[in-house]
Amino acid sequence: MAELEVAVLRHVHEGEGGGDSAEVALAQQVDHLAVIGAVKSLESAEMITAEGYKKTEVELTADAKIYAESGSPEAHVYSQIPAEGISIPDLQKAIGGKQLPKDTASLGQRQAMAQKWVSIDRATKLLVRQVDSIEDTVQQQLQRVAAGKASELSEAEVKNLTKRKLLAVRTWTAYRLARGPKFALERKKQHTDLTVEMLRDGTWEKADFKAYNYAALCPQPLGGYLHPLLKVRSQFRKIFMQMGFEEMPTNAWLENSFWNFDSLFQPQQHPARDAHDTFFLTTPATTSMEKLPQDYVQVVRNTHERGIDGSRGYESYWKTSEAAKNLLRTHTTAVSARMLYRLAKICRDGTGEFQPAKYFSIDRVFRNEAIDRTHLAEFHQVEGVVCDRGLTLGNLIGMLREFFKRMGMPELRFKPAYNPYTEPSMEIFGYSNELGKWMELGNSGMFRPEMLRPMGFPEDVNVIAWGLSLERPTMILNKMNNIRDLFGHKVSLAAVGDNPVCRLGFQGHVVPPVAT
Amino acid sequence: MPVITVGRDKLFEALGKQYTDDEFQDLCFAYGVELDDVTTERQQAAKEVAGTAAEAELSNQDDDEILYKIDIPANRYDMLCLEGIARALNIFKRPKECSVTYELADMSQRQPLKLTIKPDTALVRPFMVAAVLRGIKFDATRYKSFIDLQDKLHQNLCRQRSLVAIGTHDLGTLQPPFTYEALPPEAISFVPLKQTRSFRADELLTFYSENDKALRRYVPIIQDSLVFPVVLDANRTVMSMPPIINSAHSQITLETTDVFIDVTATDLTKAKMVLNILCTMFSQYAAQPFTTEPVEVVDALGNSTLYPDLSPTEMTVSVDAINRYIGTQLPGQQIANSLAKMALSGALTDDGKAVHVRVPPTRCDVLHACDVIEDVAIAHGYNNIHASVPQCATVGAELPINELSELLRGEMARAGYTEILTWALVSRDENFGKLRRPDDGTTAVVLSNPATVEFEVCRTSLLPGALKTLAESRSLPLPLKLFEVGDVVLLDSDAEAGARNERRLCAVCCAHSDTFEAMHGLLLWIMRALGVPCRLDGEAIPEGTQEERHPDKFQGYFGWKMSSDATFFPGRQATILSEGRPVGIFGIVHPEVSTAFKIPAPVAALELQLEPFVFDQFRNRLATHILQ
Repeated sequence: MAELEVAVLRHVHEGEGGGDSAEVALAQQVDHLAVIGAVKSLESAEMITAEGYKKTEVELTADAKIYAESGSPEAHVYSQIPAEGISIPDLQKAIGGKQLPKDTASLGQRQAMAQKWVSIDRATKLLVRQVDSIEDTVQQQLQRVAAGKASELSEAEVKNLTKRKLLAVRTWTAYRLARGPKFALERKKQHTDLTVEMLRDGTWEKADFKAYNYAALCPQPLGGYLHPLLKVRSQFRKIFMQMGFEEMPTNAWLENSFWNFDSLFQPQQHPARDAHDTFFLTTPATTSMEKLPQDYVQVVRNTHERGIDGSRGYESYWKTSEAAKNLLRTHTTAVSARMLYRLAKICRDGTGEFQPAKYFSIDRVFRNEAIDRTHLAEFHQVEGVVCDRGLTLGNLIGMLREFFKRMGMPELRFKPAYNPYTEPSMEIFGYSNELGKWMELGNSGMFRPEMLRPMGFPEDVNVIAWGLSLERPTMILNKMNNIRDLFGHKVSLAAVGDNPVCRLGFQGHVVPPVAT
Repeated sequence: MPVITVGRDKLFEALGKQYTDDEFQDLCFAYGVELDDVTTERQQAAKEVAGTAAEAELSNQDDDEILYKIDIPANRYDMLCLEGIARALNIFKRPKECSVTYELADMSQRQPLKLTIKPDTALVRPFMVAAVLRGIKFDATRYKSFIDLQDKLHQNLCRQRSLVAIGTHDLGTLQPPFTYEALPPEAISFVPLKQTRSFRADELLTFYSENDKALRRYVPIIQDSLVFPVVLDANRTVMSMPPIINSAHSQITLETTDVFIDVTATDLTKAKMVLNILCTMFSQYAAQPFTTEPVEVVDALGNSTLYPDLSPTEMTVSVDAINRYIGTQLPGQQIANSLAKMALSGALTDDGKAVHVRVPPTRCDVLHACDVIEDVAIAHGYNNIHASVPQCATVGAELPINELSELLRGEMARAGYTEILTWALVSRDENFGKLRRPDDGTTAVVLSNPATVEFEVCRTSLLPGALKTLAESRSLPLPLKLFEVGDVVLLDSDAEAGARNERRLCAVCCAHSDTFEAMHGLLLWIMRALGVPCRLDGEAIPEGTQEERHPDKFQGYFGWKMSSDATFFPGRQATILSEGRPVGIFGIVHPEVSTAFKIPAPVAALELQLEPFVFDQFRNRLATHILQ
């Protein structure tokens, strides 16, 4: 390679600043492609300039290359004919035995007869010589082409050989060469990389660096990747933390109906308590109810049957056996109920002042649903709960605006809804600028007095809460339409690696800029 | 949520106004119902025969009635039919013109019809209430709506007829007084609706079990009872055998003018609610609109009650409480007036400080003042309420086990492992058999009724999910390195509900070779990240170090020792120890296990409990299971 580069440089030098890549190939007896390689490399080093142009050239066909070496087909035929003549099958056999293209005998016979070198004896049907000696001009012409001297052939000769498919016309790109700004007869070594040796011996200062191809991609580092859904979970956790929420201990997926439904004032005949919505268990099938706080269970029972705090209750018999049924929790609100019951202890016992609280959780919940593009039997629920004296529906709306603003949803609308444990209840809709439409984001409401009073909270303590799934916003964020691409063993690992960092919750500076 | 299908044009006729789909959607949004879908009967039929030639034919016809499918909140039983939806929306838009008062017919000049409940009904279905609608004018649409409403009530409030069942009769074909009895099946024979011959009751149940898809599911409600409930007239003509079927004899038709409604139940409160809904909805078409003729019901103890009870429930709610709850400063009179929009009637008390609310029998969802407050908020408009962020000052905090998990997830990714997230519900075989682990019934939570057959148990190990992921990723170049931080669920009799979650870290490495060392190295990486030093058995404690003073030489250290777990390859596996106690395992997965999961290359795995490593910077242990 280096030699060829030198040859190119010399060629340009000797041509007094001009040259041609085709001539270099000819002079050096190398393939033109190799010369192109050298030319490109010198060009990128700015040692020469190269300008491509179309070159039309005749060249030998594969068969012709053989004939240029061994003689034309007609010469082969002539040389095979003995004095007494030869039959055509014998001639074919004789020529066929040589390493020649397979139609040499017939082609040669036709040409030799046209040239009147040979003829067929009418009597014997044998091929006999007509002349004593021949001059193989076709071979000579072919050899001249092979030597790069095609220009010496007459137009008629080229036409004839082309017709005989011994020559082919080829159009290719050659390069006109000239000196470049950094022209020299020898190339300085070009480095691809800065090395420790160069730093050590100081050669980096004078070293010549190969131009980097900025138009190309290159391999990425190998690494491990975090899961797209859990990256969104991490951002949600941050948003809650920024807003002063404390995380609830949701690491208990198994729950009993009492905390999952009854403590939330969800009636025992509610359809959600049907087996086709909820996973009930054979092991462990039930909770022994004596493990639960007895006073509280009694108040919950009374509340369901007869009401509390002016409520009518459900006026139906409340069954302990229904409350004892274990299940995989259908919402994290079961944990919110446990947390609120704990928070209310100080009020129940009368040992101190009520303390406000803000709780959040993001964890799995379970629904006994058939799996499809938008449903899984388990998914993550994001839940926020605020408990304080005198909270209002306006506070809930304010809190939701603050929360969803951080999710990139500043524009919200609220629709009246029904939920057994919240009143008022609101469905949250957000306007997506990206999709140009309103989308349902989640549910919210104020926990019913029938849920809070049995826990022992004073009358002016209200709780506002909201919930949404983690999967849905993540699917919207990542433009996905199949939940199974996001959660479960069929998620593509390549897609996990391709997923960028999650910017959910990024905000501009909260401090207003100083006026100048 | 129930979805009610109504004809758009009939609905608009009842609303007295033509809406565009968008305008109607906006009205629904403000009220709290939802226009779920706009379709036609043919399109609906086409959906059922999707993909066939019939579909193209059906959807190409455009002379079809346009249908609205409307989502109704699950507690608004008064909106389960066109009449109810139109009435609620009309009142919401024009309360003054459209408000309705529900009344009982004046019975001063005549005796109400009488129904007697026999004591034996207590054995099977103890309650019954009834009412009469006089001078009803049915047409095809009203008739269908009447039948559909009963159907919707049966599905929702009546809990598939187990709590409440409705029967409606052409009163002209019957001879009062009526009795509600419980008789042995052999003693009941009648021609049921849609049949032409007489069946004996037990024979009829068998017939429905075998031949009737719709009625089959109600059979178990009374099947095992020694006596079946039956409603009879004075001539001992069977009117109905609740909760299964009415008799053909008293079937209502388009010509029926007087309708007798029987409602039987195991829950009296809900029976009364159902009767009220039927009467308030369809008395609209009675000779005297919104007036129902009561029936005297004599219960098993001889107590006589007049049904239905259409009297309003009364409630007094303070204006201040309403404003404090919503976050508004609405004047009392405005609140009182606005309640009319929600079909409640409100009157300001004399001192102006409270609103006296009368809740009509249609609004049985109103249990407490907060329900009234919600209606004030809806009438005012949720989107007109001033938003303000609660001012309570609280501090944010993470749960330590989750905080540690978050940090460790980052460390695992830095070690070159890619995170997976797999399902907690697995098959028994994935959790036990394929892992070469016996299921002795003492570790896994078992589901009783999964809709998806492969969900049988809660995972007790993170391994099945990781191995399934490897199997799904067979086409990717090796090595594959995956991890998951998540919970498993273990039976635990000390826990309140009998099981507890345990946080685990699981990693798998699938490669051509050297997987065991990869896992061993990963363990060291994890422990370095956790800040837990290593001490192998027999190693001396450095003299003069703090550790020397510890009574237990393994305290604060981790280690490992060779193990013999059937899931892993013999001789290439070890138990992970924390402070001398086993907290996990790593090793090459047994070839029979990887083969069972259809993984063609060697796999090594590590599974580690994280609870033992939940401590603070001073190595104080932090609680991980707080509530149970």
